[in-house]
Amino acid sequence: MEAALGLMRRIPPKHSVTALSALVSLLPNHSSDLLSQVDQPLQVLCDSESGKEFILCEYNRDADSYRSPWSNKYHPPLGDALLPSDELRKLEVEANEVFAIYRDQYYEGGISSVYLWEDNNEGFVACFLIKKDGARTAHGRRGYLQEGLWEAIHVIEVGPEDETTRYCLTSTVMLSLTTDKESSGTFNLSGSIRRQMTMDLPLADGHLCNMGKMIEEMEGKLRNSLDQVYFGKTKEMVCTLRPPSEVVMRLPNS
Amino acid sequence: MAEEECELSDEQKKEIAKWFLYNAPSGEIQYIAKDLRSVLNDDKLYDEATSEAFPLYNKSHLICLELPCRSGDVLITPYNELEENQFIEPRTAQIVTIDHVKQACTEVRPAADEELASPYVEEFRCALDAEILKYVEEAYPKGVCSVYCVDGKDAEGPGCNFEFAVVIAAARNSPKNFCNGSWRSVWNIKFKEDALEIKGKLQVDAHYFEEGNVQLDAEQECQDGTIFQAPDDCAISIANIIRHHEAEYLKSLETSYSNLSDKTFKDLRRKLPVTRTLFPWHNTLQFSLTRDIQKELGIGK
Repeated sequence: MEAALGLMRRIPPKHSVTALSALVSLLPNHSSDLLSQVDQPLQVLCDSESGKEFILCEYNRDADSYRSPWSNKYHPPLGDALLPSDELRKLEVEANEVFAIYRDQYYEGGISSVYLWEDNNEGFVACFLIKKDGARTAHGRRGYLQEGLWEAIHVIEVGPEDETTRYCLTSTVMLSLTTDKESSGTFNLSGSIRRQMTMDLPLADGHLCNMGKMIEEMEGKLRNSLDQVYFGKTKEMVCTLRPPSEVVMRLPNS
Repeated sequence: MAEEECELSDEQKKEIAKWFLYNAPSGEIQYIAKDLRSVLNDDKLYDEATSEAFPLYNKSHLICLELPCRSGDVLITPYNELEENQFIEPRTAQIVTIDHVKQACTEVRPAADEELASPYVEEFRCALDAEILKYVEEAYPKGVCSVYCVDGKDAEGPGCNFEFAVVIAAARNSPKNFCNGSWRSVWNIKFKEDALEIKGKLQVDAHYFEEGNVQLDAEQECQDGTIFQAPDDCAISIANIIRHHEAEYLKSLETSYSNLSDKTFKDLRRKLPVTRTLFPWHNTLQFSLTRDIQKELGIGK
């Protein structure tokens, strides 16, 4: 299993879907572990009732159906399926509404979904997802066709309510950027990073406020990290392989 | 999901294993091979897969192997392959036998006359090799290069066409810093009666994997041409063309990086909302919050 995860870390992100299904077929006994530990590009369905889109993930799936956070119904319909408790559903509805506004403020578009479910430790788990497809705003800048895809998955384990409640956040951001130059060149930068954060917070402001602030802080950190990682390290590598000519010319002639 | 599905056939497993090996990032095939061996749990299958995948990977990544006795390097490419495990190293006129899976040289012997190019062609090859070597030493901190005759090596004199492949490879592997990368450029040069046709393919890739998995994958093709001259003049001309295109490509990579950073990234997610303040999560306590927030943020709905 460790070896399988090792493989996923090295295979180019653009092949991750193929790689994961290959691994699942090689290791059928580990399929549920693999599916829950490896992040895949987010897929979307349209809720037939509200006409709104929602994001698919392991946390709103039961068998082959997915539950919409807008109507709380499974698509395709599933009898006797897992549903959150009434109380949790109320929080889930509120979370989806507020998170949609947060999403709009930062992403100016995109799709978001929040799923809550009870866990075994008297607490609950929440999953906040965002998918933003920049290709829909393709600006043909000097003939460049740019594509950008940002997908964020935030899973928060919320501990039992006490004087303070423990929130464990694991966030993954997957990014894919492509430039297709007309002069027969391609440039693709993609990948994912994952971080964790744990906080103990009083319940005075409510769960949503606590979780929201953590996510906001985490997304900010990840965004900066991506800027430095994506645009920093890989660019640095390219310039190390072949330094720009200005640098080269300053070296003494051999 | 897979409890009663029939297990994959050996052939299918082997194909999957080969796919993983072939798609390994630069400098990482041995790590992938190790993990794959664990996952496959079948040494016979593993050996078959590696013996088929490694040669393809090695040739496509233009790996560089050290010759025994430190007499130099040999590049493993599709352009200097004589037989399955034999590659010619024209600068030192040697034939090298290698073990693809171990990625090491096993045997070296001097090349026979028939294996080398004719003196006429060799004059051009040698001159070009010298110029390219100069260029690579100056432009690439750790670059390796070679010039191979891929067609018409027995051409005797003017009027006969021949073709060279100029291969430049630079790799930087820093697994401790979680960063690997490679630059590969291959230039095909067709020598015709009065003109040279030049086609280049440049490929760069970089992999950063500390707490994540980020990869750059870029490639570019270009074309150019020049007139047929004496070997030394041709060499200088070709080297200049290559130098020019490669420098231009690097510049365009830098431009791509800044375009993506300045424009696309900001299109994806802003640093802060338009209000320039953090999101007002506090106001979520009451139910009519959504309307309040919308009013506060001035969203018309």
